[in-house]
Amino acid sequence: MTALPSLPTPKKLGLVIDLDVCVGCHACAVSCKEWNTGGYGNALSDQDPYGPDVSGAWLNRIHTFEVIPDGGQIVGEAGDARIVHFPKSCLHCEAAPCVTVCPTGASYKRGEDGIVLVDEDKCIGCGLCAWACPYGAREMDVAAGVMKKCTLCIDRIYNETIDEVDRVPSCVRTCPSNARHFGDLGNPASAVSVMVAERGGIDLMPEQGTRPVNKYLPPRPRKPLADSAPAAAAHDTTGATGFFAWLDGVLERI
Amino acid sequence: MHPALSVIVFTTVSGLGYGLAAVLGLGLLDAAAWPTRIAHVLALAMISTGLLSSTLHLGNPQRAWRAFSQWRSSWLSREGVLAVATFVPLTVGAWLSVIEGRYLPVWGFLGTAGSIATVFSTAMIYTSLKSVQAWHTPLTVAGYLSFAAAGGLTLATVAAYAAGSGVAPALALAAVVALAAAWAFKGAWWRRQRRMAPLSTPESATGLGAIGRVRLHERPHAMENYLTREMGFRVARKHADKLERLALACGGVVPVLLLAVATVAGGGTALALALVAVLFHAIGILAERWLFFATARHAVMNYYGG
Repeated sequence: MTALPSLPTPKKLGLVIDLDVCVGCHACAVSCKEWNTGGYGNALSDQDPYGPDVSGAWLNRIHTFEVIPDGGQIVGEAGDARIVHFPKSCLHCEAAPCVTVCPTGASYKRGEDGIVLVDEDKCIGCGLCAWACPYGAREMDVAAGVMKKCTLCIDRIYNETIDEVDRVPSCVRTCPSNARHFGDLGNPASAVSVMVAERGGIDLMPEQGTRPVNKYLPPRPRKPLADSAPAAAAHDTTGATGFFAWLDGVLERI
Repeated sequence: MHPALSVIVFTTVSGLGYGLAAVLGLGLLDAAAWPTRIAHVLALAMISTGLLSSTLHLGNPQRAWRAFSQWRSSWLSREGVLAVATFVPLTVGAWLSVIEGRYLPVWGFLGTAGSIATVFSTAMIYTSLKSVQAWHTPLTVAGYLSFAAAGGLTLATVAAYAAGSGVAPALALAAVVALAAAWAFKGAWWRRQRRMAPLSTPESATGLGAIGRVRLHERPHAMENYLTREMGFRVARKHADKLERLALACGGVVPVLLLAVATVAGGGTALALALVAVLFHAIGILAERWLFFATARHAVMNYYGG
């Protein structure tokens, strides 16, 4: 049934992504594609994979943004703009608009842990859920004709046949800079909830009313640009002592 | 949004079909007259063509029957259920007219109500999407319903003039009023679309607005993907302006003038004029529907610099 769970789910499993730490290496996206092409549901197909017009279904994409602070400093030719790498996948929203629009019941949100999934045997590939999602979390698999999305690696996190350390989403396990964290955001004492509280974790597009479970940790503030710019007064030698004061005096006289 | 031909044809043709069916259900035309019988068949044919065309863009059309199951939450499912349910009174009404040459108000009114409800749910599919801000307004519903009414009344006018019916001038005038109302709603819709402040921005989409202005530096991939193909359609504003004028002229101004002249002329001339009015109206609606999709911006484009 494509109605949302009537009660808040006891667990809210999701990701916390640290935008201060992400280096934009795309390893999480590659690892996601690799795991999920052989995991839950149909393979993640590519079209024209070795040709000039390659495209395919991915569940995780890394965008890169430039942020220019209001009234930011400009020192020499350097501005205060900063680059933020921005991984984006399904946010497993509490009020998921992709679920309620589904005409067949293929799209659903699990009552026990809040994971949003697609039952691919019921999906007719109408694409309305992808239209309803403001985040672009869903991509049609053109070969299978069904909608694909992040499953939070449901075939890993509950999988007792793999080592416990591996029972996290593939992207989290892979991230070499530890920018991705997995846990229960419904439990205020969980490591991810504490992290969100301490770092001021944010919702993406709160104005869309989707109440995302995944949170993003904003980049930490930077020190002013001038602090790390080369000193303008490089020729000033007052205050030099010892050998350098003697050398300064000698060089001054010759 | 990508203007998919199947969806444009579906909303245009089924809108005209339901409009005609709704007018026929009122029993204003002589049920035994040949033009009325043909109109009944035409309405059913247009509705069926539209519905079949809408299944063409599905990835797995063989499972389309599953779409009747989620009417409690999904407007797309409600549209499917209502479309099938409305076939019953419409088919009975057509049978009564075509085979038996009579009209029964019960089936007629049920068909009219069902037709209106189906077009309403079609419009609600788009209206309910908050992610496409231009669609997320009651004006979308007003536009779909009034365009269906205008098209249906224009088609019914043709049938009335063909039958030499006395209600023809009244139907033509009703069509003129409906056309004026529909384009007034559409004008308001276009003005709203131009003036609205974006609900979501790159700043809110990334949550980085607290730091400053956000600009896409690099897309996640070099080539297009499903999202950029489906939601990233962009049309030059100057072309959109031209198409808007073309849609209004073909879909509104020309049919109104032709129908107005028809009421004065009467007879065979009026029939010819009303027929031409239908053709122009259909072209105008196709252009209007293309713009409805092509100019609508999806929130996801905040992540793709579009």
